[in-house]
Amino acid sequence: MKELLLVFAPLAGALLAVIWPSERTRPWLLPVFAAGHTFLVFWMLVDPPAVSPTAWLAFDPLARSVLPAVSLLFLACSVYGVSYLRIRTERPNRVFVAALLAILGLLSAGHQARHLGLLWITTEAVTLAAVPLLHFNGTPRAFEATWKYLLIGGTGIGLSLLGSFCLGYASLRGGGSGDLTFAALAAQGVALSRPWVLIAWVLLLVGYGTKMGLAPMHTWKPDAYGEAPGIVGAILAGGVTTVAFTAILRVRAVVDAAGAGAMAGRTLLAIGLFSMIVAALLLLATRDFKRMLAYSSVEHMGILVIGAGFGPAGTWAALFHVWSNSLTKGSLFLSAGNIRRAAGARTVDEVSGMTAVTPRSATIFVAGMFAVTACPPFGPFFSELRILRAAIGTGHGVAATLLLGGLLLVFFGLTRLVFAIVDGRPRPGAARLEGKRVRETAGVILPPLILLGFSLWLGLATPPVLRDAWTAAVRQLFPAS
Amino acid sequence: MNQTLNLLIGLAMGLNLLALGSSRLPSIIRTMAAQGVILGLLPLVIEPAFGWRVGLVALATVVMKGLAIPTLLRRAMRTANIDREVEPFIGFVPSLLLGAFGTIAAVAAARSLPLLPAHASTLVVPGALASILTGFILLVGRVKAISQVCGFLIMENGIYLFGMLLITSTPLLVESGILLDLVGAVFVIGIIVDRIQRAFDSLDTRKLTVLRE
Repeated sequence: MKELLLVFAPLAGALLAVIWPSERTRPWLLPVFAAGHTFLVFWMLVDPPAVSPTAWLAFDPLARSVLPAVSLLFLACSVYGVSYLRIRTERPNRVFVAALLAILGLLSAGHQARHLGLLWITTEAVTLAAVPLLHFNGTPRAFEATWKYLLIGGTGIGLSLLGSFCLGYASLRGGGSGDLTFAALAAQGVALSRPWVLIAWVLLLVGYGTKMGLAPMHTWKPDAYGEAPGIVGAILAGGVTTVAFTAILRVRAVVDAAGAGAMAGRTLLAIGLFSMIVAALLLLATRDFKRMLAYSSVEHMGILVIGAGFGPAGTWAALFHVWSNSLTKGSLFLSAGNIRRAAGARTVDEVSGMTAVTPRSATIFVAGMFAVTACPPFGPFFSELRILRAAIGTGHGVAATLLLGGLLLVFFGLTRLVFAIVDGRPRPGAARLEGKRVRETAGVILPPLILLGFSLWLGLATPPVLRDAWTAAVRQLFPAS
Repeated sequence: MNQTLNLLIGLAMGLNLLALGSSRLPSIIRTMAAQGVILGLLPLVIEPAFGWRVGLVALATVVMKGLAIPTLLRRAMRTANIDREVEPFIGFVPSLLLGAFGTIAAVAAARSLPLLPAHASTLVVPGALASILTGFILLVGRVKAISQVCGFLIMENGIYLFGMLLITSTPLLVESGILLDLVGAVFVIGIIVDRIQRAFDSLDTRKLTVLRE
């Protein structure tokens, strides 16, 4: 019952937002529904409900291990959203608020989907619901980004549907009854037709990998994150990509059961390392600090799948990294949004000296940068350390070296840009020098600060309930070990 | 049953090549719509016991793929006042050759896949692969936004055709999900096309090149 409430309450909120008459009070629907969602999800985290093995939608251990992170990120973004939409009163917010709430409901459904078809439908719906958010700014560049997002995302979704069909056919060919829940597919095990499983794995990895933004299917990401408001970037990078990652994990468990787990691990490792290297090189080249965040997201998606390639221990670390990445990335996107609004520009050629213009946002941005490049004692340091340990523990020395090299390059790329932006003298374009006052209100400072605080907390004292949740999820994904 | 099925799929494969060779937008849209209608009829042929469920799936597919989507696209074309000529990025002859080669490769590839005996003698898998490939060629090889959308839809047709293998075993949910989302996708794409038009005064995706690195 509660698992359905997680899905349908935000969807009802979206409907309410559509019919809500007042532009001024409508944004308050966001924190109200988000707070309810977070409360419910954390209640279920502490007191997990029983899961029927045949259920199509359930708060199973895997959903329990990641959905609370998404909910928490969404709550912070929704509080930020109230202040943000008050600044942006020139744009109507009806569709924006409704689409955000719809995304929350659909993400909850996607994380809890235990059926191949249901998972695909929710992922597709999330993709479509994000479209109005991407072109909220209404500029030609925003439309261009949306067009690319739709074309690349649409193709990716098409391929993941084809992959789902192939997995369905693998089951049919192996004498299955047409039950496409992941539990039933995994129960068929080696009876699944192997060639079809392999084809399905490739197609689903490419399809959901496009949604995650793994290289070389990442090309929509810098455009979309660069042109969309910071709050949208935060939710896409921390929430929408996560649902694609859990989709890959669920499919991987089936491939594992079919006896092709080693091959799946190798492909994950290869595509993850490739994403990481590509992102690191692009980070060294870009001059735009919002696109920088997108490349950093590509890098972290790479780290997630690398982790998933290292068996149970690596998957445990990857689930940890989902949390630390979502929360840290949220803080970075929101503070970057503040800086971008005050500076009126996004490249290092036009922006500098932001410590003088927006001191608080700039401080959070720098701290967030250190967190996301895995400096201790923030969460990402510990989750990436776990991934490295899993790499060495499973005898992947070369991969571990490449991972470390990539991290180092990313560190250079990020510090180069971030310090160019915060240091120095403010440029003439910056708001304060033109006589406008830049107000860093609590509404736009507290959400990123709190997210950063959570990232710190995750690093210093990972709550035991989360460790239990990750362990339970790994047990669900690797029942043999 | 198999002969009718293969005849219909063969027709759909022929339409792929027609779409690749068309130099005018309305004819690409018409080709795509015809392919949609043919695909919509397939469930009736495959499912020997004609029930209301099969009838509903067939009807919905024919209406969506054959009627609603082409109408939407034609409207987008009219309101956006688009030049009717298709501008190729990959020329017509090379794309036709690619398509023909792809069709042969699809038939060969389908031979090497393990299929159930009931499916081995049909053209479902080669037809699906050929349509997906054609869709990709149009998606990559055309410049105008609407012809790219057509490419995407032909690819979707191919995926739908592949889904025919599972129509007897999977619940209706998967089927209806496909249709619903297809509507959504095109609806949104239609709006975007409209916006691109207003913002750039053209539907030439080559002009969408500000964002690159």
